[in-house]
Amino acid sequence: MNKTWNNKAWFLVLPVLLIVALNAVVPLMTVVNYSVQETFGDNLFFFEGAKWFRETVHSDRFHGALIRQFIFTATILAIEIPLGVAVALAMPKSGLWASLCLVLMALPLLIPWNVVGAMWNIFALPDIGLLGYSLNAIGIDYNFTRQPVSAWITVVLMDVWHWTSLVVLLAYAGLQSIDGAYYQAARIDGASRWAVFRYIELPKLKHVLIIAFLLRFMDSFMIYTEPFVLTGGGPGNTTTFLSIDLVKAALGEFNLGVAAAMSIIYFLMTLLVCWLFYTLSMKGETK
Amino acid sequence: MARIDLEHIRHAYMANPQSAEDYALQEVHHVWEDGGAYALLGPSGCGKTTLLNIISGLLVPSEGKILFDGQDVTHLGTEERNIAQVFQFPVVYDTMTVYQNLAFPLRNRGMKESEVRVRVDETIEMLDLGGLKNKKARGLTADLKQKISLGRGMVRQDVNAILFDEPLTVIDPHMKWQLRSQLRLLHKRFNSTMVYVTHDQTEALTFADKVVVMLDGKILQIGTPADLFERPAHTFVGYFIGSPGMNLLPVEQHGETLEIKGANLSFKSPAAPKPGTSLELGIRPEFIRFDGEGMPITITKLEDIGREKIIRATLGGHDIAITLGEGKEVPADPKVSFETGATHIYADGWRLETGAAHE
Repeated sequence: MNKTWNNKAWFLVLPVLLIVALNAVVPLMTVVNYSVQETFGDNLFFFEGAKWFRETVHSDRFHGALIRQFIFTATILAIEIPLGVAVALAMPKSGLWASLCLVLMALPLLIPWNVVGAMWNIFALPDIGLLGYSLNAIGIDYNFTRQPVSAWITVVLMDVWHWTSLVVLLAYAGLQSIDGAYYQAARIDGASRWAVFRYIELPKLKHVLIIAFLLRFMDSFMIYTEPFVLTGGGPGNTTTFLSIDLVKAALGEFNLGVAAAMSIIYFLMTLLVCWLFYTLSMKGETK
Repeated sequence: MARIDLEHIRHAYMANPQSAEDYALQEVHHVWEDGGAYALLGPSGCGKTTLLNIISGLLVPSEGKILFDGQDVTHLGTEERNIAQVFQFPVVYDTMTVYQNLAFPLRNRGMKESEVRVRVDETIEMLDLGGLKNKKARGLTADLKQKISLGRGMVRQDVNAILFDEPLTVIDPHMKWQLRSQLRLLHKRFNSTMVYVTHDQTEALTFADKVVVMLDGKILQIGTPADLFERPAHTFVGYFIGSPGMNLLPVEQHGETLEIKGANLSFKSPAAPKPGTSLELGIRPEFIRFDGEGMPITITKLEDIGREKIIRATLGGHDIAITLGEGKEVPADPKVSFETGATHIYADGWRLETGAAHE
């Protein structure tokens, strides 16, 4: 078959291409450039090859941040996905209450990230915060600025509070799209509530849950603002996740080469995990 | 197997129904005999599915009672009623295999695995699904999925009734025929009470012993296919069943006689219709004869549909259809007469009891 080639169409894509090039590709290339060079100031750069990459891969500091990052992401995923689905299942299907629930669910998502951090910081302060004061008042020794465990619990709680809604909304939309005939058939087949969830709702939610998982994975893997405002990565390094560590290296210590190498490794990891997860979960899917 | 009594069932989907129009289902009072094969026939939105869901227990009627073998089940759930229902669109459990799908209703009722296997294998064979036994249901085509839905309805043999809600809509014509015969066979074999909802007259007439014709939430007529054809109780039944449907000609009352408007034909009035009712004469195309004498007609169109011909004509300014049997020719000077026993008079749509006499 003969296709007519008309290159004028490229002009339509050009503006987007330019914008993406300016805001994504060019900065990324700058980072690639930094990652293989050493500078001593004065805008003088020397080529160093893979030195920064070797250093980063073997650094205990990077390993620590990476492990904390994975533990954090795994924890919030393990809480937010099941909790989100459970909340979505419990929400009313229609009527005034359904609308009200949706608005309430959307609220945390509308709050700017640094405000969330600040809110939780004040909320959790042991001397004046509602949460911190109450916990101490009932005899639980809680101080997120001094105790690593308290700090972790607070950071995880904050993320669950902030982002479970996203999973709820996605799962709710997924549940709403299930045809009523499935539930009727299940009733006729004598299926238990658990069986309805296991064989109807869960399979139908699979795709939205994959999206929810990917979004939450990427977001939590790149989390910066909220823990930075809440704990500043402390006490010590205990809540220093990858991006916090990265900013410390780049702006705090001005280690541009190390920071650039870290960024690239970090970026590739996120990409790899998302790609792997998506490919594996879509495997065996027939149309 | 059970006899199902519907006692003065009415249903409205809104909370406070005021007038008759608010009811999706108006006053159904009827018995489904044990082991009968019934078809609910009617256009979309006539209340067939509502009635079916009331029988299966997916809906609780606003008014009235349902009895299964004399026992009141109005407020019992579907599970307790022990009903099987097949829906219009295939409902399968995607992540299960064909076998697991069919075993699901049995396993949910705690049946022993050995017995489950016997029943499921039997159903799989009956539906000709053998090769797909261990395939996931997800990837199958719509008609295969619908076969699985049918199978889930059939696999339980102790059900009180099997309800079908337009189950063959998504199936292609060839397989439709096949499945319908299988349903008939199944009915003969297990003698279960079956209710089959459809808007396709062929499906209804070939499936059921008794057909229930519905319109606007009301049952118009319940009868054998022959009843519906020969003595339609309502003009709607007349033209909804049959192809083409019944001819309806407006008639005027003059004292004791009725006259077709614009045509030279009069009848002795069968009963005394109330003044002010609109009267119609109904005659099926199959019962109009060309016999050299009678009323002259003007033929407008001739449709050859193979085995027979359909003549479109006008009689006294009214359109009529006439079915002409195989091998018969259209006469040059067409004059028609109506077969006496097959001519009915309708007052405001309803058939008047006494048969009309030809004069």
